[in-house]
Amino acid sequence: MADLRAVLEKLSNEFGPSSHEKAVRGLIRAEIEGLVDRLEVDALGNLIAFKAGFGPEPRLKLMVSAHMDEVGFMVLHIEKNGMLLFSRVGGVDSRMLLAKRVVVGDGRIPGVIGLKPPHLTSDNEADRVPDIEDLAIDIGAEDDKAAGAKVKVGDYGTFATRFTVLSEDPAWPIVRGKAFDDRAGCTALIGLLAERYPVDLYAVFTVQEEVGLRGARVAAYRVAPDAAIALEGTVCDDTPKAPDEDVSPVTRLGAGPAITLMDRSLVSHPGMVRLLQEAAAAEGIAIQYKQPALGGTDSGAIHLTRGGVPAVTVAVPCRYIHSPASILNLNDLSNTVRLVAAALRRVESKDLGRETP
Amino acid sequence: MLELAKRLTEAFGVSGFEEEIRAAIREEIAGTVDEIRVDVLGNLVAFRRGTGGGRRVMLAAHMDQIGLMVTHIEEKGYMRFAPVGGIYPLTCWGKQVRFTDGTVGTVGLDGRARRDEAPALKDMFIDVGATSRAEVKQKVGDVATFIYPFVAQGNAWFASNHDDRAGCIVLAQLLRDLKGVAIAHDLYVVFTTQEEVGLRGATTSAYAIEPEIGIALDVTLTGDLPYATPAMEVALGKGVAIKVQDSGMISHTGLNRLLIAAAQAAGIPYQLEVLHAGTTDARNIQIARAGVPATCLSIPCRHVHTPSQLVDRRDVEAAIALLKAFLAGPIALA
Repeated sequence: MADLRAVLEKLSNEFGPSSHEKAVRGLIRAEIEGLVDRLEVDALGNLIAFKAGFGPEPRLKLMVSAHMDEVGFMVLHIEKNGMLLFSRVGGVDSRMLLAKRVVVGDGRIPGVIGLKPPHLTSDNEADRVPDIEDLAIDIGAEDDKAAGAKVKVGDYGTFATRFTVLSEDPAWPIVRGKAFDDRAGCTALIGLLAERYPVDLYAVFTVQEEVGLRGARVAAYRVAPDAAIALEGTVCDDTPKAPDEDVSPVTRLGAGPAITLMDRSLVSHPGMVRLLQEAAAAEGIAIQYKQPALGGTDSGAIHLTRGGVPAVTVAVPCRYIHSPASILNLNDLSNTVRLVAAALRRVESKDLGRETP
Repeated sequence: MLELAKRLTEAFGVSGFEEEIRAAIREEIAGTVDEIRVDVLGNLVAFRRGTGGGRRVMLAAHMDQIGLMVTHIEEKGYMRFAPVGGIYPLTCWGKQVRFTDGTVGTVGLDGRARRDEAPALKDMFIDVGATSRAEVKQKVGDVATFIYPFVAQGNAWFASNHDDRAGCIVLAQLLRDLKGVAIAHDLYVVFTTQEEVGLRGATTSAYAIEPEIGIALDVTLTGDLPYATPAMEVALGKGVAIKVQDSGMISHTGLNRLLIAAAQAAGIPYQLEVLHAGTTDARNIQIARAGVPATCLSIPCRHVHTPSQLVDRRDVEAAIALLKAFLAGPIALA
């Protein structure tokens, strides 16, 4: 687990908004090069790693994926005074932006999303969230010329959060960082490659999930898997509710890997859900179900590939997802690796049919 | 056909959970086709080999209907839910729903909602008569839907899921009628899944079949209701509707010409359909692989996506008749 934490730290700190996954890809490549039989990068930038199975042929072909990209920003315009106007890349809530530290462009230029100090803010203004059009990234440049020497229109940015350990308690190991969606999934997928399975494994680190499941779509077409599992960092809202509210959180921190039954992109394949349930029971791993009907993942694109692919999503619960600072429980991460590894050891072609056994 | 209509409209089948309706259709079309299989997404693919020299034709009707999925079970045993497909909140309160295992429940409205305004789904719950969570057999992820007995009242057929059991009835009856009839074309009759959540079954089955011609059978809205907006020509009882366009697809004009010619030659009542909002499996069949000439034959249906939908028997029969007339001849696209 110490290993998983170290990998997550590296990946979380790295810069990788959708379409600019190169640095993250480089880190992952270095981690897995010695663990796989073959590696390739496709036209969209997906990193596709192949690890042959040891079972008798013909072997099932499993695609396990995680997306490398994170939500972020794009520079739209440099103002005369050197301020950078920007737009969102992926789902960023405007309320998350105010006064946050960011980095921009290939030079990783540090900046801050500026806001007037309270002294200059009317009561009226203080009570509402400014539109993103009224915000700007300040990189401390004197004017547009100075700013233009460091960044250009079309450059991407991310939050500048550094990974931090909040709890070392082995029963409740908590870390904080950015981009756990989906560097948590990438970390789990790297963890899975430590072992060889009976099935042929395609470990696919995808691009551009946050802007429309784009990398997964073409990677799945290329791999043409018999079945697929997407690994994710997912919404966790187990923070306190009003006392009289009788509601379930989407997921709970520390309650184990969260299995998707249905979201906006997918109705999970019943055989794949059953496979995970049986693997969890056999290994004594606690699992939870993500509250149905919310969000969408790479599985949504993968299951519709070619003639159809049995697919499911397994996720690590992350509080404050898509924000500058998410929190996750490392036990959920390590149990995600254990659960999916157990599934890869057990999966048989009977799991991939549609008729009830 | 009445027995068939009753069986198919009273079988359970919510998007992603089509087991019961699939088994019912499979039984109803047994012995009418050369091969039958269920694919990864749960599509029921029935193949009827042609006598040769014809085209590879895919006919599709979706088995799934919209429904409700349990998201949370309260201490008192009330189940909160999310919509599966396009559920109008307005249609839910006070309605009876059925789960896959036959359990029934009523959709209730909680104290936060005003009774004189359109409620939100978040203020509703399914009540199966339990008094605590422990009494509830259902789990998070279970699905329920509106299923009421089929009623034939003259030509008016009432059911809770004509979208798209009407299309399934057309294709099942077509296969029965074609038994022993020589047709040149290879027919892939596909009863698709997950249409209501994104045309998903049609997407993968069209890829696998790689048809030369694609026709979806689905319901469409009608313009014959009071104050209907926007204006729409299609009316109940005026014949099968040949789709010209909807918000997801422009039908293949050559294919539509052939269908219109076949209808005219055989004296089959038809109407032309331009639908402003919504689309069908035909959209994703059309853009499968390198593209497929595709259209949709629609059954005019009043009160689509409500628990009591209404079609006209004569329109259903016209759709079957038109398919038979069309498939009897060569399909030569200009």
